[in-house]
Amino acid sequence: MSPLPPKPSRRALLGAGAAAAAGLALAPGVRLIELAQARVAGEPATGQVRWGLLIDADRCASGCTACVDACSQENGLDSAVALRQRPQWIRKVELKELRTGREVSLPMMCQHCADPPCVDVCPTGASFKRADGIVLVDRHSCIGCRYCMMACPYKARSFVHASLTGQKPDVPRGKGCVEGCTLCVHRIDREQNPACVQACADAEHGAMLFGDLNDPHSAIARRMREVETHAVRADLALDPGVRYQGI
Amino acid sequence: MPMSAVACRPSRSLALALLACVAGFVAVPAAAEEAGRTPKPSIVIESGEHCVAAPEQMRREHPDMLRHQRDRTVHRGERGMKVSLNRCVACHADHQTGSVIGSNQAFCQGCHSFAAVRIDCFDCHQSSIRPAGTRLAREAVP
Repeated sequence: MSPLPPKPSRRALLGAGAAAAAGLALAPGVRLIELAQARVAGEPATGQVRWGLLIDADRCASGCTACVDACSQENGLDSAVALRQRPQWIRKVELKELRTGREVSLPMMCQHCADPPCVDVCPTGASFKRADGIVLVDRHSCIGCRYCMMACPYKARSFVHASLTGQKPDVPRGKGCVEGCTLCVHRIDREQNPACVQACADAEHGAMLFGDLNDPHSAIARRMREVETHAVRADLALDPGVRYQGI
Repeated sequence: MPMSAVACRPSRSLALALLACVAGFVAVPAAAEEAGRTPKPSIVIESGEHCVAAPEQMRREHPDMLRHQRDRTVHRGERGMKVSLNRCVACHADHQTGSVIGSNQAFCQGCHSFAAVRIDCFDCHQSSIRPAGTRLAREAVP
C-alpha cells in the first residue's frame, strides 16, 4: 500500500486561509509576509524567517568603501587602535582571475552560515545562531579564546585587544571578546536594513540586497530564483546566508 | 465661660507640646543625614519616581532583572522590554554629565562604590545618554 500524502495541519490550513483573505484585501504590491514579520515588543525572533544577503559583484564598484564606512559608523568601530589590530566586521576584497584578467570587487563579512563552524567550536556557548539565522557572539559569556576565529573559513571575526570607550548604545562592545558582523541585528529588529545595505543603496550602487530567504515572495528569494548565485567556499557545505552573484 | 477658659488652657499647652514633638521629628533625621552613625551613599536621582518597579524591589533585584533580560534579548531577540540597561541610562543619567558613572554622585556608581560592588556593565555598554540629535533608547520603546 502506497503511503498517503501528509495531511496539512489545521494550523497550516488556517494560515493559508487567512493569507488568502488578507491577500485579497491588501493593495497590490503590499505583501502579507512583510506584515507578519513586524514583531511587537517582547516577541522573540522567529525561525520562520531566515535573514540573508545577496551581493551582486557586478554592481559592486572597485575602490568604493561605502559599506565598510557605514558599518564602522553604525557599530562604532572607529578607534585609535592600530590598523592591524582594529576589529573588522566587513572588508572589501578585490579578486582577479589571472588567466583572463577579469577583476571583481566584493564585500566579505560573516556569512551567517546555517551550520556555523564558530558555533560548533565555541567552548562556552557564546557563539550562537539566533532563530532567524543571524550568527552572533554573546559577549557576556565569551572568554576571548579566539577558537571561533580559527574555525571561521571566511576570517570574519575579530578580537578586541584594547579597552573601548564611546560605544554605541545599541552595540555594546568590549575588550577581551570576539566579535563580528551582526547583520546589524539592532536595525533588523527595528525593521531597518543593515547599515551596509542602506549605504550601498544610498551610493546608488544597489549591489546588496537584504531579505528573508524563507519567504518565496521576498525580493531576495525572487532574485535568487532568477539568477545564478554562489556561496563562497560552497565545498564546505555551510549553507551561508550571504550569497554572491557575478563571481 | 470660666469652664471653657479652663478647658482651653490645657489644649493650648497640648498643641505647643505636639508642635515641639513634630519639630523634633523633623529635626532629628535632618541631623542624622548630615552626620549620622551610618553613612549613606549620596547619589543624585534626577528622575527616580516612575521606575519599572518599586524602589525597594529595584534596589535588591535590579541585577537579576538585568541578567535575566539580557539573555532573552541577546539570544531570543526580544526588544522593547521594560527592563533594559539603555533605559536605565536614559532615565537615570546625571543631567550635567549625561552619565550614570564617573562620580560618586552618579546614579550607578554612587551605590556601587558605597557597597564595594564592581560594576562591569559599562566596560562594554554605553554609560551616557546619546548625544543631541540622536534617538534616545526610551524613545525606541513603543
